[in-house]
Amino acid sequence: MMSNMPTAAASANTKKRKKSKKNSQVKEIWRRLKKNRSAMVGLVVLIIFALAAIFADFIVPYEKAIEQNGQIRLQPPSADHWFGTDHFGRDTFARIIHGSRISLSIGFISVFLSLIVGGLLGAAAGYYGGSIDNIIMRIMDVFMCIPAILLALAIVAALGTSMQNLLIAIIISNVPSFTRLIRSVILTVVENDFIEAARSYGAKDMRIILKYILPNAMGPIIVQATMGIAGMILSAAGLSYLGMGVQPPDPEWGAMLSEAKDFMRTAPYLLYFPGFSILISALCFNLLGDGLRDALDPKLRD
Amino acid sequence: MSERLLDIRDLEVIYKTDLETVHAVNGVNLHLEKGKTLGLVGETGAGKTTTALSILCLLPERTARVKGEIFFEGKDLLKMKEYELRDIRGEKISMIFQDPMTSLNPIMTVGSQIGEALALHNEQNRTKEQIEKRVEEVLEMVGIPASRKKDYPHQFSGGMKQRVVIAIALACEPDLLIADEPTTALDVTIQAQVLAMMNELRERLQTSLIMITHDLGIVAQTCDDVAVMYAGEIIECGSAYEVFTGEKHHPYTEGLFGSIPNLEVDSARLSPIEGLMPDPTNLPEGCKFSPRCPKCMDICRSVSPSEYVEGGHRISCHLFNKEEAK
Amino acid sequence: MYKYVVKRLLFTIPVLIGVTFIVFTIMALTPGDPGRMILGQAAKQEAVAQLNHELGYDRPFFTRFFEYLKDIVTKLDFGESYRTRKPVFDEIWAKFPHTFKLAVFSIIFSSLIGVSLGILSAVKQYTFIDTFSTVMAMFFAAIPGFWLGMMLIYFFSLRFGLLPSSGIDSWQGFILPIVTLTLSGSASLLRLTRSTMLETIRADYIRTARAKGATQKIVIWRHALKNALLPVITVLGMQFGGLLGGAVITESVFAIPGLGNHIVSAIRQKDVPVVMAGSLFLAALFCLVMLAVDLLYAFIDPRIKAKYSR
Repeated sequence: MMSNMPTAAASANTKKRKKSKKNSQVKEIWRRLKKNRSAMVGLVVLIIFALAAIFADFIVPYEKAIEQNGQIRLQPPSADHWFGTDHFGRDTFARIIHGSRISLSIGFISVFLSLIVGGLLGAAAGYYGGSIDNIIMRIMDVFMCIPAILLALAIVAALGTSMQNLLIAIIISNVPSFTRLIRSVILTVVENDFIEAARSYGAKDMRIILKYILPNAMGPIIVQATMGIAGMILSAAGLSYLGMGVQPPDPEWGAMLSEAKDFMRTAPYLLYFPGFSILISALCFNLLGDGLRDALDPKLRD
Repeated sequence: MSERLLDIRDLEVIYKTDLETVHAVNGVNLHLEKGKTLGLVGETGAGKTTTALSILCLLPERTARVKGEIFFEGKDLLKMKEYELRDIRGEKISMIFQDPMTSLNPIMTVGSQIGEALALHNEQNRTKEQIEKRVEEVLEMVGIPASRKKDYPHQFSGGMKQRVVIAIALACEPDLLIADEPTTALDVTIQAQVLAMMNELRERLQTSLIMITHDLGIVAQTCDDVAVMYAGEIIECGSAYEVFTGEKHHPYTEGLFGSIPNLEVDSARLSPIEGLMPDPTNLPEGCKFSPRCPKCMDICRSVSPSEYVEGGHRISCHLFNKEEAK
Repeated sequence: MYKYVVKRLLFTIPVLIGVTFIVFTIMALTPGDPGRMILGQAAKQEAVAQLNHELGYDRPFFTRFFEYLKDIVTKLDFGESYRTRKPVFDEIWAKFPHTFKLAVFSIIFSSLIGVSLGILSAVKQYTFIDTFSTVMAMFFAAIPGFWLGMMLIYFFSLRFGLLPSSGIDSWQGFILPIVTLTLSGSASLLRLTRSTMLETIRADYIRTARAKGATQKIVIWRHALKNALLPVITVLGMQFGGLLGGAVITESVFAIPGLGNHIVSAIRQKDVPVVMAGSLFLAALFCLVMLAVDLLYAFIDPRIKAKYSR
């Protein structure tokens, strides 16, 4: 009698554990992430940026960001214009706030789409292997040989400068590295015995990919995506700086820096704010990504 | 009574990270006499490897907190300076690790990895040529042709790699060899070969041995003494004869024996120990085995059992301390 | 080994044809016509059409593509720049040394700084030096290179007048661009070196070495370092390849007449032959660098060597 008690309790326990396994995994990761101070700082700052981007119009009207006013050209930061004004008399603070909308959405959209394209290609290459893998990866090799920024520039030049084409260019130049990453992640998961087991009882490919491979490959992909946003923001800013990205008068941080270049000597404050905005947002995405990696794979610490 | 080579007293090891505190070893007492072999038995996670690593002071410095005393030839290893320990590691105490696949540096030849141990403890002032010669000797000793000393680990099979690991451990003819599940990662046929070779070498070199394993068959074949470990504690120890044939046993030990198929008794199925090892971050009160114990009493859930001694045979269980149980 | 090198060199041929095809396609999609560009806005429409015909620009896409390939293979002819009407490689050879200098110095400095600090912070994990270097690396990895360049120009040239802000009339002109590229390059190398080193230090064979009685110095230098550097070398190679073609923005900030700047202005002006030859040249360089990396790998890791000689 006595001997049965702990057994029954134990099996009930495992059942309960199985049910809430997924939920508790997420909770556990969140618990570990919360303990990582720098990741939390990154997350909080990013939330502030995101809120600023979403509620930009309530913070400061868009007109202030694009309306030109010759009387208040190149004014240093003051109570009226917290971050000063540029050579058209536009309020830099308003441009930064509204610029966050552009930069963050470029970051998110391009990472999201690169993940979908790279994910499909990488998953197909990793899962099927053989000639499919060979063809996809050789094509990616070819793309990797062309410097990413030149490729992006050429694509923008061919399609014309617009936000949409900038996105296309950034996505195309980033898909190869995403494909590679996802393929390698999928490969390590596919090697696991439970995939073999699923195949052996006749599960369909799609089911195996969705039910077994994707959940197990999610960790590294989330980390890479988070860091990828930082990279995308940086390359979008770079392209805009070269005049091949977001076009004036739209406020974009890289484009703002490009314009500020000519007034460096007289109005250096025009350099500071857009630069710091890019730096801080990229930094926070990297901090968050680092924290996520540690939280997902705790053995890397200690 | 023969001399005690190693004497572990109240060893306690805690791994502490930001996230959790793991009680890996909780008050272990063990001793080993010169020339003898001690089998340390237990499930995965019982704290066997941690005990072994603390003998060599190779636990991760930042996270591991070690308490207690480990006397080796009369000196406390835990109080030694790093440079004193270096003279002991590899020369007086050597260790064979569990997984030969990862225990060898992939980008150094096996010869230079054996030679390194010799060069580090070069008390006989061997010249380079002499060291090379000794490397060849050691390789031949573990049954590998000397001509292969210029080969890299990836060119060897698993069993051969473990032979190389053994060669590194025995190169300086240590007084004490700690073998941490040396055959777990190998095929069964290779296991027997490697074990037989280790036994032969141990006898020839007069080395004392701590054999860490979860395989009772290996213990029966090789060990003079046996200690059974559970959740960081030694729950039963004694001579192999006492532990294997004695009448009184810790219920966990009985469970271990029950998990082995017995060809002589005709039973329909194996009787495994129910449940899992307790979570080392959150150990149960009282006897750590009580949640799984088929003979669990009320007292077991609240009071840690003291040792029941019968000759050299010690058992930590309330079953045999009747006065306490009442 | 020798066979492997030949195989790899042969393999770059389809890759380069692929690169040619991609860039050719993109350039074909780019609006504008070369005849108008060469002759200028004032020229008559007939003259432009005449020139476009001479250039073969009015023929179908695939015909032009195969013509282009044929000229390269049979005559090693990469065409003439539309702007200067000189063979494209005349200009590439003139511009490349600047880019090359920039890339070589930057990669040397960033590997010296990044790799050594990365090792140091891994070995002394959680000490001040580790925290300091990882924070700095985090910071510089997130700084947009062109902004860093602009800030350096502002402080060192405009405010203090120590160094030239642009151009490469003297060797001082190279200092700020190299500093810019080194800071961001060493940041990522530091992070990578630190993490691979930390991983290696925890490997079983490191424990074996310590169990032999090896000193910390021997453990780090003889056992851990070489193993940890393998992935670093790959990234180093990719960074170098990237620097050769991708220092475009830095070249633009500092107005350095390098290859990157040259190709960018060719893209803007639709100078197709220059863009084509430039990208092919960079892609070929990239392939060579990666081949060198793989050979270096084999030199360090006997397992890789065994794979190659099979």
